[in-house]
Amino acid sequence: MTETTHGGAVGVKPPPTPDDRLSQADLAAKYGLTVSGARPSLTEYVRQLWGRRHFVLAFSRAKLTAQYSQAKLGQLWQVATPLLNAAVYYFIFGILLDGRKGVPGGDKNYIPFLVTGVFVFTFTQTSALNGVRAISSNLGLVRALHFPRASLPISVSLQQLQQLLFSMIVLVAILLGFRQYPSWSWLLIFPVLACQFLFNTGLALIMARLGSKTPDLAQLMPFVLRTWMYASGVMFPLEPMLRGNTSAPGWAVELLQANPAAVFMDLMRYSFIDAYTVADIPPHAWALALGWGLLIGIGGFVFFWKSEERYGRG
Amino acid sequence: MAVAEDTQEKTEMVHQAGAPAAEEPWIPTVVAEDLHIVYRVYGGSKGKGSATAALNRIVRRKPGGGVREVHAVKGVNFTAYRGQAIGLIGSNGSGKSTLLRAIAGLLPAESGRVYTNGQPSLLGVNAAMMNDLTGERNVVLGGLAMGMSREEVAERYQGIVDFSGINEKGDFITLPMRTYSSGMAARLRFSIAAAKNHDVLMIDEALATGDKKFQRRSEQRVRELREEAGTVFLVSHNNKSIRDTCERTIWLEKGEILHDGPTDEVLKEYEKFTGK
Repeated sequence: MTETTHGGAVGVKPPPTPDDRLSQADLAAKYGLTVSGARPSLTEYVRQLWGRRHFVLAFSRAKLTAQYSQAKLGQLWQVATPLLNAAVYYFIFGILLDGRKGVPGGDKNYIPFLVTGVFVFTFTQTSALNGVRAISSNLGLVRALHFPRASLPISVSLQQLQQLLFSMIVLVAILLGFRQYPSWSWLLIFPVLACQFLFNTGLALIMARLGSKTPDLAQLMPFVLRTWMYASGVMFPLEPMLRGNTSAPGWAVELLQANPAAVFMDLMRYSFIDAYTVADIPPHAWALALGWGLLIGIGGFVFFWKSEERYGRG
Repeated sequence: MAVAEDTQEKTEMVHQAGAPAAEEPWIPTVVAEDLHIVYRVYGGSKGKGSATAALNRIVRRKPGGGVREVHAVKGVNFTAYRGQAIGLIGSNGSGKSTLLRAIAGLLPAESGRVYTNGQPSLLGVNAAMMNDLTGERNVVLGGLAMGMSREEVAERYQGIVDFSGINEKGDFITLPMRTYSSGMAARLRFSIAAAKNHDVLMIDEALATGDKKFQRRSEQRVRELREEAGTVFLVSHNNKSIRDTCERTIWLEKGEILHDGPTDEVLKEYEKFTGK
């Protein structure tokens, strides 16, 4: 033997001991070894995730700034992108197609109505879209380091929340421009945002698990999300539009109004725009918002955790 | 069956190594039990890649259409003990890095299991970083992802940057990592990963990166880490560094263990095989 012996363990294999008769699993159990990469219990998982909260926060922030780091205008795009989006929709739906009919408070409210809708929907849309790639685009990180994988989709939705806060600056400027002045009802945006964030996180988690198994989802999701956008009344008031079309059955209208994106948009508009009254939002909107948030938020987390040990393959 | 073989092999090995009875008890730290790892690669199919071919596969419900399976590790069994440094050798693509990732629990096993003591850490040049972020951000994020607290990261930040030597030629740590040369990036990755102490430590070719000066510095750091770690695995194509660090060597070829024994013996066989 060379001088490389280390500690007391001399040689390569141990002398015969009673351990030799044990199976590998029993041997592991005897010395308290655990299965590498096994899925932790749900409570343990939550505890681990809480331990990495700084990572999740730093990761989402870093990704947000990296997003435009190659552009010449840099971080200005944080604000310019949503603004340009709203301008396009205004041109098409506001001017060409005249979707202004039925906006509470009349035509003058169309732009605040549209911009709020676009920003709120984009928040959910991008969370879902980036959620699909949350695992696959960070495969290198997943295969190199140990951390609860849920950190990735959660930081995706956190990144979008921060993006939305930038958009909110634009939104407030627009609201002021259209003589919608701050009132107490503006504070209602916080509970709405909390519910929507919970919903989006759950959605990103579900999409991340599905996307890690079926990469084709990344191609399919834009179409699904666009359908969802048109069906939720982002650029036109949903109810008047559908009631005007007599062939749409009543239950379908109610179903569309109860879909999470429509609920969050209605509540946000209700908070920001004076002319929006309780009569303009569907019944039980608050209960629906909280229900969707809790259902998808918690459900999505459990759904993602169920497959924790499988991420990183493929 | 595997157990019986193992027992027989063990007695043989002890005889060969002529080792006296150990003063310390032999405590297993890593146990691999009939471990199989399969990669699934999309778009690597040998079949026709056209849309009609793909549709045909979907319609006929032929499983695995468009997916190719790569059986990287095939039924590996071994037990590693506390205080051992184990070298892993084999030609390129023999499954060494895959095996390490599986031990670290980063790659799910197709069948079989790896039991480990605590959380093994993999220290490799492939430890991915975020190329669109600055070196600075990568140090912080890497540290946080490894489970350090914010205070620990702040405390060790300067040490990591100094160790990597990134800033020796100017303020490069504030540049995005995509602007780094491959050597610089590898040095930073190693420095981040080596900033933490580990129970079971696996080193994947990390010593081969960087210039001579950095190599000496990293070898020194690996020795320190080995002192603290219970068990060390080292993957290297440099037989000298295996001989210097490891008393036991596992030779992996095409995903199977070809030889497992004292370094001198295994290396002799390996050198015969590679025609050195």
